[in-house]
Amino acid sequence: MLDFVQQLVSGVALGCVYGLIALGFVLVYKATEVVNFAQGDLMMLGGFFAFTFIGMMGLNYWVGFAAAVAAMALFGMLAERVVVRPILGYPQFSIIMATIGLGYFLRSVAGMVWGTDDFKIDTPFSQGVLRIGSLVLAHDKLSVIAATVILCALLWLFFNKTTLGTAMRASSENMLAAYYMGIPVKRVVSIVWAISAAVATCAGVLLAPITFIHSNVGLVLGLKAFPAAVLGGFGSIPGAVVGGVLIGVIESMAGFYLAEGWKDVAPYIVLLAVLLLKPEGLFGLHVRKKV
Amino acid sequence: MSYFRAENLSLHFGGLKAVDAVSFAVERGEILSIIGPNGAGKSSIFNLISRIYRPTSGRIFFEDQDITEQPPYDIARLGIARTFQNIELFENATVLSNLLVGRHRHSTTQLWQELLFLPSVRANEKVHRRRVEQVIEFLDLEPYRDKLISGLPYGVRKVIELARALCSEPKLILLDEPSSGLNVEETDDMSFWIRDMKSELGVTVLMVEHDMSLVNRVSDRVIALNYGRVLAMGSPAEVQRHPDVVAAYLGA
Amino acid sequence: MRFLFKTDYEDDIRLFPHSGYIVSYGLLLAVLLIAPYVLSSYLMSQLVFVCIYATVGVALLILTGFTGQASLGHAAFLAIGAYTAAYLQKYNVPFPVYFLAAGALTGLIGALVGFPALRLQGIYLVIATISFAFIVEEILARWESVTNGNEGMRVKAVSLLGVTVSRDSPTFYFICLAVLVLTIVGTLNLLRSPTGRAFVAIRDSETAARSMGINVALYKVKSFAISAAITGFAGVLFAHKLSFISPEMFTLQLSIEFIIVILIGGTFSLHGAVLGAIFIVMIDPFLTYLKDDMPGIIAGVAATFGAGSATAGNIQSKVAAFASLNGLKGAIYGIIIMLFVLFEPLGIYGRWLKIKLFFQLFPLYKRATFKRQKIYVKSERNR
Repeated sequence: MLDFVQQLVSGVALGCVYGLIALGFVLVYKATEVVNFAQGDLMMLGGFFAFTFIGMMGLNYWVGFAAAVAAMALFGMLAERVVVRPILGYPQFSIIMATIGLGYFLRSVAGMVWGTDDFKIDTPFSQGVLRIGSLVLAHDKLSVIAATVILCALLWLFFNKTTLGTAMRASSENMLAAYYMGIPVKRVVSIVWAISAAVATCAGVLLAPITFIHSNVGLVLGLKAFPAAVLGGFGSIPGAVVGGVLIGVIESMAGFYLAEGWKDVAPYIVLLAVLLLKPEGLFGLHVRKKV
Repeated sequence: MSYFRAENLSLHFGGLKAVDAVSFAVERGEILSIIGPNGAGKSSIFNLISRIYRPTSGRIFFEDQDITEQPPYDIARLGIARTFQNIELFENATVLSNLLVGRHRHSTTQLWQELLFLPSVRANEKVHRRRVEQVIEFLDLEPYRDKLISGLPYGVRKVIELARALCSEPKLILLDEPSSGLNVEETDDMSFWIRDMKSELGVTVLMVEHDMSLVNRVSDRVIALNYGRVLAMGSPAEVQRHPDVVAAYLGA
Repeated sequence: MRFLFKTDYEDDIRLFPHSGYIVSYGLLLAVLLIAPYVLSSYLMSQLVFVCIYATVGVALLILTGFTGQASLGHAAFLAIGAYTAAYLQKYNVPFPVYFLAAGALTGLIGALVGFPALRLQGIYLVIATISFAFIVEEILARWESVTNGNEGMRVKAVSLLGVTVSRDSPTFYFICLAVLVLTIVGTLNLLRSPTGRAFVAIRDSETAARSMGINVALYKVKSFAISAAITGFAGVLFAHKLSFISPEMFTLQLSIEFIIVILIGGTFSLHGAVLGAIFIVMIDPFLTYLKDDMPGIIAGVAATFGAGSATAGNIQSKVAAFASLNGLKGAIYGIIIMLFVLFEPLGIYGRWLKIKLFFQLFPLYKRATFKRQKIYVKSERNR
């Protein structure tokens, strides 16, 4: 039983990271119908920025964290402007390929700049543990869960309670109509990319104590976040996080209770099963074309 | 028995009754028009017939065969072709290959024969090609044969959709607003073609249309719908004089 | 500019619309046939890879370009073909038999993947195929009794009619070339028959395809099966060419490379698949060249423009250091993909068509002829 709870918590913590990356996917997808295959690499880059600020320049953890988030938000805007905006409105597949290209590029450049070693960021939560009876919960894992909850709440408020959030939802429904209604669609899209890169950075920094940051971490985790986003229906913010947590828990349970090898494929098997039974994901809407 | 028959056809989306217990029959060789204000359920009836939607209740018969449970692709094989209100052509293909897709229900060749392009496939292709050419001639589409759809104007696309439906040599053709988006001349052409389809090709026509002048010119009978229910049925003149129809259109 | 006057329905059906095609493709074939006796063994080896990649490219084109079903799992099909060959070879099954068996098995598995894919669209399909590929990769690594796990499997040379065909021999190249040519001819045949048209119809509008009597589900499964089977055939050749296979060769990276093949070549044409294959296979020798010769050349150029020998040497070492940076290949890949999507969406073959048209219409060519149409309305989500 204790093992189970222990596994559950680490699964949820890992799942929260997946969820945060998936959240980035979903934000961009909702606003522009672009599936950003480079989302995991944005997370990796965010982690490296934070490492540079905190580990190399010796800034305070929180200052470095904020600086990394800000820098990545700018970088997200830049990436959108250079790679995505010129091809917005073209078939989805072209845009997917462009973001795959972006991912390749970011991974290699990160490898060139920071090398291919593993890096670790020291955080205020790295050491401590929370003891409840004989249950031992590491602070770093709890911090990931707490941060995810806070971020989700903020994003939910942003999307549902602010004018900008409403504008984003409008342009996600129909970009052209939103544009005619006076919503500055280009700026909205740009901001969405900034937010999504910022969320990815949070994921990267929170992840740093759990696993290490290296130039391929984005690819590995990004591919786990995909199933998360799909499980959640690819259009729903809470869906993404729930999907991420599910994937994280499945992975950690499969790693603990099943034979070696299941850990890596279990999320994909579950994903295929869900897609078979419910092609639009757990929280997705079924829309059909009108003729 | 009637040629084509819908019995108590209903389509409900939650509480909304898009089509509500509609019954009608089409006789062989006639042109029957369905009219009604926007949202009256006209296109929904077409979508029920071509099985894009599954009816909530009711049955559909064609040539005394119950086709309510047939899969969508079988409807075309039975000889019912259709056009779409907002044009559903194969955008990135030429006019010719669009029309050849219309011949699909007559193709009999197997995959392995096609991979080798055996003489039987070649012979079949030539037959298809000849049939398509007849339709091209019938609808004056010669200038567009090898053009890509994506570069053609709306009026031409509308005709190509009609042509594609005719290429399948249908017994019954469903025309969903054939004149929408066309100018006066193009509408005139369309009305001639619809009448020629009946007299020369012997096709039975079921049509949804807004343009009353077109309806008056070509229809043998008219059905008026509102809120998913049949208001009136009869000759064009009768239906237009029917008090319920007048009320529905003028909003009294 | 040449005008074609059609006088017979045959004119629309035949593969070579006019005699010019026969001449140019005949010449190309002649060049390809004498290539092994002219080119260096290294270039021959690359040419074999071009054939294999182009075969997979055509397979992917059938599924993605013509039927409109995206797949990022073709490495898995390649792996199934390769492993089937390697496994059957252990039991002394003759080459023609295991070659066909590999294609048949891969085609069957392709059809099985096609069934769940029926209900999926766009991004969901991409992710489902990625998942499938991961699962296959994991099975290959774990099913040690058959696949020898991560140790990998040795693949002996092809033995055809009692003769051993080494993987570097001209005969092996001819086998690969024959497979490619047959694949292309078969695909062209398919495209001019009802099945090929049904594929294109499904790509452009499933609703209309259905209303024209096309059993969309059946044809999607067919498309998956054909594409997978061809990839399986290519897998057999791939295994023989490498003479050793292991699970980590068939990763997502390889699937992405296949997509790059058709993307860079041009998504709608068979020419594109071949050009894209040449591109992706030749990028490696090009990078090697960059590493070995570029620094010297740049330094030479700098020297001619008056830089002192010290500066030139400095430049040379800097360029050399840059060219041998780890991961430069990835960065170049990334930049190439992005540049193609942004500026050359019709691929290399599209560029060729544009150049051809430019000279045919000179001086009346207008750029807008090839302009893509943008669709800002959310169409793909509810198709």
